[in-house]
Amino acid sequence: MPIAKDALHALLVEKLQADHVEVIDTSDGCGQSFEVIIVSTLFEGKSSLQRHRLVNDSIKEEIAQIHAFSQKTYTPEQWAKQQQA
Amino acid sequence: MFRTAFRQVATPVLRTQTVAWRRFLSDDLRSQIDKAVKDHDVLVFMKGNKEQPQCGFSRAVVQILQANGVDDFKTVNVLADEKVRSGIKEYSNWPTIPQVYVKGEFVGGCDIIMGMHQSGELQQFLENEGILPKEEGAKQ
Repeated sequence: MPIAKDALHALLVEKLQADHVEVIDTSDGCGQSFEVIIVSTLFEGKSSLQRHRLVNDSIKEEIAQIHAFSQKTYTPEQWAKQQQA
Repeated sequence: MFRTAFRQVATPVLRTQTVAWRRFLSDDLRSQIDKAVKDHDVLVFMKGNKEQPQCGFSRAVVQILQANGVDDFKTVNVLADEKVRSGIKEYSNWPTIPQVYVKGEFVGGCDIIMGMHQSGELQQFLENEGILPKEEGAKQ
């Protein structure tokens, strides 16, 4: 079942108290494949694995419905550095 | 041998997708996965195999491991058995394939392995786990 890009965006912002979210539909519009960038203070002090688990858990139902899901997770501080680089 | 072991316990596949996924991981399958991840230092649950990955994410993980000098890792093709495909997701509480296990521990999927590779953390990790020799350039 396809997921709407905007709905996924809103869900990630809400569930992860995200400062910034980017959702890229990599499925050519069929809504089955997404890449997301999430910036949240919730990631502070967590390993990649812990961050990804947090994201996975927050949109469990949605991930189960799509074919591909790829994520990049940053704390606000890491994101600021990333933007400067 | 891993795959044939699963075939022996094969039962008719449930087609009620919404209900079925949580129930795929029987005690029997769990103990088989337990054994497999412990028996192989590096085990990758993927779509296809090393020679012919059937998904870009699986291909990426295989290539990253090889680029880091890990050649003799074991793979399980989840497309060969729907119960394994669903069961492994429940086993690791991880929703996507591929999944990389090192010394019995779940390390991550494609994004995490890729991130670790790019930061150099993967090489370090593999050395610390004894998968790769410590000395730089020791691998021929």
